[in-house]
Amino acid sequence: MAAADRVGAPDPHHPTRDYPPYRSSALRHPKHAPLPVVDPEAVELTGPVFGVTDVSALDNDLTLGKTGEPAGQRITITGRVLDRAGRPMAGQLVEVWQANAAGRYAHDLDQHPAPLDPNFTGSGRCLTDDDGEYSFTTIRPGAYPWRNHLNAWRPAHIHFSLFGTAFTQRMVTQMYFPGDPLFPYDPVLRSVTDQAARDRLVAVYDHELSLPEWTLGYRWDIVLGGPSRTLFEDR
Amino acid sequence: MTPSAPRSHSLPPTPAQTVGPFFGYALPFAGGARIAVDGDPDPITVHGQVFDGAEVPIPDALVEIWQADRDGSLTGAPGSLRHDQVTGEVIGRDGTAFTGFGRVPTDADGHWAVRTVAPGPHRPGAVPYLAVAVFARGLLHHLHTRVYLPEHADGLRAQFPDLPDSRLATLLARRERAGVYRFDIRLQGEEETVFFDFR
Repeated sequence: MAAADRVGAPDPHHPTRDYPPYRSSALRHPKHAPLPVVDPEAVELTGPVFGVTDVSALDNDLTLGKTGEPAGQRITITGRVLDRAGRPMAGQLVEVWQANAAGRYAHDLDQHPAPLDPNFTGSGRCLTDDDGEYSFTTIRPGAYPWRNHLNAWRPAHIHFSLFGTAFTQRMVTQMYFPGDPLFPYDPVLRSVTDQAARDRLVAVYDHELSLPEWTLGYRWDIVLGGPSRTLFEDR
Repeated sequence: MTPSAPRSHSLPPTPAQTVGPFFGYALPFAGGARIAVDGDPDPITVHGQVFDGAEVPIPDALVEIWQADRDGSLTGAPGSLRHDQVTGEVIGRDGTAFTGFGRVPTDADGHWAVRTVAPGPHRPGAVPYLAVAVFARGLLHHLHTRVYLPEHADGLRAQFPDLPDSRLATLLARRERAGVYRFDIRLQGEEETVFFDFR
């Protein structure tokens, strides 16, 4: 099979969909190359819109909403959502979800024997401000085991879901924490085979964002892709 | 568009990652599948299963729809995931605004269904369709496809003249009865769905 026909590796920026070390990908990646659409239709060059009715002012603080404080280390994550021309994307819905400090999700099917935290569900959302900036207060998630291979542990990560102004910019990704010793062993992260691209999934510790006696700050900017025509559309 | 708009992508994009198995308490929302407004006189249901390469239904997939309204309008509206202002709980749409957006997780049998309207042409002469994004555990980067309704089969064929009929068929919903269409999504296998790479 010619390299150009290989599925899942159209560019070095995204993971290869056919990445055998991630076992669940084996039967779930297309074998045909995706059909190129050079001039996307307006349907894909527009996208859903969200506004103040979709987000409450408290939705970006994952430590609130329960009767007590969640266990773990409180952190703040801030960054900008940009398009590939570097323009901030304002008013964009950002959704996050994650495991608790012990590495367990508030999900029935997660039966990993770590404690559930009655004060932490682990999902939140916000809209980016005029500078394209989002911000979440949460708890640093724990690493957790999964059964992909013997002694498989996912590095601590937070899932992010983003839209953009075009449906082609839609993205779901994961943010990782700097210096995690599990990076070399994680096939989900390593499915992004380009090291520079992988590095873009890792947040930076930012001491200026840390608040005394309260929270540690991390900064993570997100750049949404999409076809070149996306850049020329008026917003 | 402005003449000074940059001609090239200068920033590399953030890589995508799998949605994983445990998105269920974060992404799906009440009424995510009810795209048509309450009392719509002519709604349609589009439904199907998501299958892997062994023809096994995928219970942890998420299907998202973005589409034009019946009149072809693509302006959408906010308010898909409205929250209760007292409890903070997501209560979904108010039933009066057509947001154009739907999101539905597959059930234990890999099945999904949305109740919506047949999209109108988004420009004069356009062949209408529902834009679809598919996310799943094991899918490292989501996939885009399109649902065309059978009444637009000829338009679809004209749009992709090089695509063999067998592949073209994967983009075409099948009419089951009045107002109900079946659209299965196969991530792999003999009848693998056509997925798009927008450039």
